[in-house]
Amino acid sequence: MNETTNQEKKTFWEKLLSIDRRIIFLFIAVAISLPLFFKTSLDMPVSPVVQEVYNAVEKLQAGSKVLVSFDYDPSSMPELQPMAESFFRHCFRNNLKVIIMGLWPQGPLQANIALEQVFKDEDIKAKNLQYGIDYVNLGFTAGNEVVIDRMGHDFRESYPADSRGTPLSEIPLMRGVRNYDNIDLILNLSAGYPGTQEWVQYAVDVFHVKLAAGNTAVQAPSMYPYIQTGQLAGVLGGMKGGAEYEIALKRPARAVSYMFSQAIAHGVICLFIIIGNIAFFSSRKKKTS
Amino acid sequence: MSGEVIGVWIGAILTLGIFSFLYKDNPFYKFSEALFVGISAGYWFVVTFWQYFVPKFWDNLALAYSELLTKGRVDYHWIYLVGGFFGVLMLLRLVPKIGWLSRWSLAFIVGTTAGLQFTRYLESNGIKQVVGTISPLLVSGNMNATIGNIIIVVGTFCGLIYFFFSKEHKGAFGGAARVGVWFLMITFGALFGYTVMSRMSLLIGRMDYLFGIWLSLY
Repeated sequence: MNETTNQEKKTFWEKLLSIDRRIIFLFIAVAISLPLFFKTSLDMPVSPVVQEVYNAVEKLQAGSKVLVSFDYDPSSMPELQPMAESFFRHCFRNNLKVIIMGLWPQGPLQANIALEQVFKDEDIKAKNLQYGIDYVNLGFTAGNEVVIDRMGHDFRESYPADSRGTPLSEIPLMRGVRNYDNIDLILNLSAGYPGTQEWVQYAVDVFHVKLAAGNTAVQAPSMYPYIQTGQLAGVLGGMKGGAEYEIALKRPARAVSYMFSQAIAHGVICLFIIIGNIAFFSSRKKKTS
Repeated sequence: MSGEVIGVWIGAILTLGIFSFLYKDNPFYKFSEALFVGISAGYWFVVTFWQYFVPKFWDNLALAYSELLTKGRVDYHWIYLVGGFFGVLMLLRLVPKIGWLSRWSLAFIVGTTAGLQFTRYLESNGIKQVVGTISPLLVSGNMNATIGNIIIVVGTFCGLIYFFFSKEHKGAFGGAARVGVWFLMITFGALFGYTVMSRMSLLIGRMDYLFGIWLSLY
């Protein structure tokens, strides 16, 4: 009976404080899902750190060699896969040669999925890109940062053959490539260890290569100090970084369409934070009085 | 029904199984979780065997053996036996009486990693970052750079002051420490914001999988 009386005395804000968490989950689920149906793309400015990655690719001459290290697995796909696809599009559009590798076992497989997607584009299909001449997938090799270090001396120390088992000496694209001296730009797509930090420590600061990075949003803030010191050419931070890169490329794709959901979800979270704070302070005021 | 379609259905059903925990713990969730853990363990065992053990140890020993047969000597591939020896020591943890021998392997791993990382980490994350904070406070003709550099210098200085506990945080010293706290809070806020974005991205990916790939609703 007393409990019922207490329930009746509860104000609106107090009731909000004891709201079932599942209702909040439901709001977030709707906020995430509903915008996906509208296919609306948000217009957003390209931040300087993303523009730097774009510029780094634009500055390369046709035929330049780009090394892309896929250091993530399927759990980070929503954030990093759109970046991989956009970067491949950019490279192939500018007739750059792409060398793929991975320090994570599933990384090179992610690269194959991205390539499959990119090859569906009419303009890229028309280029009739050949494996071994225009792009190559070296696959995964164990050893984490030691692999990065050994590649600085000779790629063959870590990768005697590509992912298909073909010796590097028999691959036309790899014939002129001995170490990082023959690579014009490296992009590291990373979701943790080994990743961008190891590439900075073992490739940039030892062999002075030009490195750009695409990171999950959790990682991105730790990478920004490397830009200020010139250790990184640019960073694509999380889904937003990927979306900005798509805009810079003038080819909005998945990341841009996802950003509408992202924005609505963030709005709902902010709203809940504000409501929660108002409820907390108003109930505290009542207790004090 | 093609294999791909079956895969999409299994993926979708298991996704719903994991999501069902948000309502409450249930057998469907337990099954999905156990399946995930089991498959992950099996997958990583196979990856470790074929990507690490076979190419890095077994193949090199086979090479050493063939060298011995053909040349009558082994050049350098015998070194992999050292790695194999430490690997066996690690497994001795399973034998309680001589389990202490596994510490040798751990000592080797910790020592090598520390040695390898020390100089690299110190240069990339220490010295270069310190050098990065030594910037001119006034950059003529570039207001953005000037403000940016002032923020970096003040933020670094005050942040360090906050972590200096040998002197009481009072007066000008305390004021600098409070400014340092503000910088730290803003940093944590940015980190939290990015983490929220990352988690939302994963949820978007799953929802896109359910509505776009599985149900083809758009």
